Amino acid sequence: MAQHKVNYASNGGLPVALTSVDKLLNWGRSNSLWPLTYGLACCAIEMMASGGSRFDFDRLGTIFRASPRQSDLMILAGTLSKKHAEFARRLYDQMPEPKWVISMGSCANTGGMFNTYATVQGVDRIVPVDIYIPGCAPRPETLQYAVMMLQKKIRKESANMKKNKKQDLRLV
Amino acid sequence: MRKYTPKDNVQGKAYYTDRFWVAPRVPRQVVEDEHFKAVVEALGERVKEAYVEINNLVLHIDATQNYAVLETLKDTCGYKVCSEISAVDYLAKEGEFEIFYQMLNLDKAKRVRVVCRLKKGLAIESVVPLFKSANFAEREMYDMFGIKANNHPFLKRILMPDDWEGHPLLKTYPLQGDEFASWYEVDKIFGKAYRDIIGPENRDPARIERYDTKRFSRVGYEVSFDTDISGGETKTEIEYSSTFLTDYNTGTKQLDKRK
Repeated sequence: MAQHKVNYASNGGLPVALTSVDKLLNWGRSNSLWPLTYGLACCAIEMMASGGSRFDFDRLGTIFRASPRQSDLMILAGTLSKKHAEFARRLYDQMPEPKWVISMGSCANTGGMFNTYATVQGVDRIVPVDIYIPGCAPRPETLQYAVMMLQKKIRKESANMKKNKKQDLRLV
Repeated sequence: MRKYTPKDNVQGKAYYTDRFWVAPRVPRQVVEDEHFKAVVEALGERVKEAYVEINNLVLHIDATQNYAVLETLKDTCGYKVCSEISAVDYLAKEGEFEIFYQMLNLDKAKRVRVVCRLKKGLAIESVVPLFKSANFAEREMYDMFGIKANNHPFLKRILMPDDWEGHPLLKTYPLQGDEFASWYEVDKIFGKAYRDIIGPENRDPARIERYDTKRFSRVGYEVSFDTDISGGETKTEIEYSSTFLTDYNTGTKQLDKRK
């Protein structure tokens, strides 16, 4: 300890940092967003690239988890077919609270070019979406920007979930 | 020179107007190839019509004889690969399906297409004992057209969900789905009571809700989030950044020496 001398002059003479519960919780939540490894179509390739070494999601504290029970973020990357919608919702239900959803790409946002009988016309019909990413497919930078926007949104949240109004959590 | 077509208002007009245009048909040639002649001879009277289309021998047979014909093709003529089985919907025009079997002979590098007609509601004999690939192909045919294959080991939908209604590749099936299809995922996950809450599908991805200030804002008429603007909104002047308003023409500084 000798080389790391505590400066007792700061913080009112105590080696203590003061903060609020909201800030502490949001610091933890926003800087360790663990998304579910859940690729649906070609957007998944971009999602994998984001997680790989070139774009390096790990530096945002974002580490892909292979289980919904360890995840707090669901990135719906790609076309969601109606046959699969049931399972996407089940995976979402299996994630522990608090949880967030990013809808990645045109197909997940609106159904995109698949204006057909077999595609869900926007994943917001089955799960509540926090961030929509446009693009076909969005670049890894776009996905990382979306995660940063989500972090911004999480930092505005209150630990008391009842206080979180949609109006207060607006980003723009 | 290419034929001139007027380009005025091309985007307003439908670019294709000939309703009676008939797609050109691939020429049907007489069977001249030695190998194909031997194939037609081996099948004998079971062949109703035979011709060659782009190096493909096309054989029209009776739907009840499909198993016997494919067995002969496999055992006698060397067509060991069945690359595709499917159907074409001619119900509106002729009241029947066309079922085709695309066969491949790897030794001779020759292809044969066996074609038969099947009335609606009838089933066809499965060829799974002859070709393993027929298993999935006949399941797909059942899924997409509703044509059943007798004695199939596991005739079940292959692409659509098991509880799906309708057969999507029929010409009568709408591309954007019927009533059942449009509510499928909502009914399955939340139940029918949630139809009103979730609302119908938006099939126009560019649709703008005029009075929805949660998701849309009008340029020059911006209001705060979730304001009721059904009574009209006031115009707000657009504020440009000062960097955009810099007038470089009046300044004394010459930016480019070449001028």
